Amino acid sequence: MNFLALAAEILRKDLRIEARSREGVNTLLFFSALLVFLFRFALGPTEAQVRQGAPGLLWFAFILTGLWGMARAFQIERENDCLEALRLVPGDLGGLYLGKVVGGCCVMVATELAIVVMFGLFFHLDLWPAGARLVPVLILGTVGFVAIGTLFAAITAHLKAREVLLPLLLLPLVIPVLLPASRLTELALAGESLGAEPHWLRLLLVFDLVFLVLGYLTFPFVMED
Amino acid sequence: MVRSGTSVVGVSVRGLGKAFRGTWALRGVDLDLAPGETLVLFGPNGSGKTTLLKILATLVRPTRGSGVVNGADLVRARDQIRHRVEILSHGSALYEELSPRENLSFAAAIRGDRPAEGTVAAALERVGLGEVTDERVRTLSSGMKRRITLARLLLRHVDLWLLDEPYTNLDREVTKVLEAALQEHQERGGMAVIATHNFLDGFKLATRLAILARGRLILDEPRGTMTLPAFQELYALRTEGGGR
Repeated sequence: MNFLALAAEILRKDLRIEARSREGVNTLLFFSALLVFLFRFALGPTEAQVRQGAPGLLWFAFILTGLWGMARAFQIERENDCLEALRLVPGDLGGLYLGKVVGGCCVMVATELAIVVMFGLFFHLDLWPAGARLVPVLILGTVGFVAIGTLFAAITAHLKAREVLLPLLLLPLVIPVLLPASRLTELALAGESLGAEPHWLRLLLVFDLVFLVLGYLTFPFVMED
Repeated sequence: MVRSGTSVVGVSVRGLGKAFRGTWALRGVDLDLAPGETLVLFGPNGSGKTTLLKILATLVRPTRGSGVVNGADLVRARDQIRHRVEILSHGSALYEELSPRENLSFAAAIRGDRPAEGTVAAALERVGLGEVTDERVRTLSSGMKRRITLARLLLRHVDLWLLDEPYTNLDREVTKVLEAALQEHQERGGMAVIATHNFLDGFKLATRLAILARGRLILDEPRGTMTLPAFQELYALRTEGGGR
């Protein structure tokens, strides 16, 4: 089976499961609301403080919910030994990786948008004008995070201490994505062009590409026994 | 194993061994299977039955030895074998939020198959699940889930079936469906390796009988005229003390 067709099948299946499983969506939304609520208390009511801390806090919230999403993507496959059936797929298992990455990005970007909306509501910020610049940053940052996160979620899927190991292994590695994503978010929220500091954009694009290629090439080996 | 023209058909493994962190689960297994044969593998818990099936399915790489399935090497031609093999293992490999129909269609699609219109429904009908094809799997009983895995087995015509404890959670009615399906599989020239503790049903299906104990194949012969009580006696004798 060609890898694009396999990726499409995996994506369709994952999105269908996410859409049907209230457990996943509800938990993510509730967790996101809780985080933003806690930030509200941590930062206080001053708008200047909120604007200064917003990019970092937003990405902190994205990463926390993203970690949960990464772990869940393989929890679905671990249940009933579905992962074993996937390992028996003939052909390029890179398609499986690609399907998981695209599915993970869809879920994570949807959650991020919900967090941004809640952030705007809780802090009385009008984030609509920044939307056109913010969305591409969210997508680029998410691609890098999910690209490497999917690989490590697969590596830790069979380990007993996976809940602890996944963040421990993943968080140091996503720093090259988090730094530019956070800085570009700051630019977007300030209403500045993303091209104002092009090195951050280039850095983010390079790490997205590096993580995607690394994941695609190593994922089939991770899936072997 | 049979030679057909220039290609070799059948299963042949030589000196197969598998160690997990220094502990040998399988040691020096030699096995041959010709088209149309069904080998039923008996053995105590931990004797290596599941490991052998997983090696034949290419899910696990052997530590030692080699083998071929219809001419395709177990290590170097895994993709070829994966097209020709279907495994029914302990886990159902079903997604709880999908329906039986969706699960079967997905399983076929990721193997590159597009089942003809009505094939999935017919397979589910055959195992008695015609009424619940669109229900979510999580709402079904464990017996019904086992039936879905059997329906998945019926979807594809492959060369080799690897069945690990296939009778678990199956009632008499569906056991008969499995027996009939295996008969059809044999008539098509298909091979099967079945690992089980169920002497009564396993013995009935076998054209060959084998016993694994402590990772070694200590008996492998055609069923021939052997009776079930004679085999059970032989099994007890050979596996006494874990087959030492």
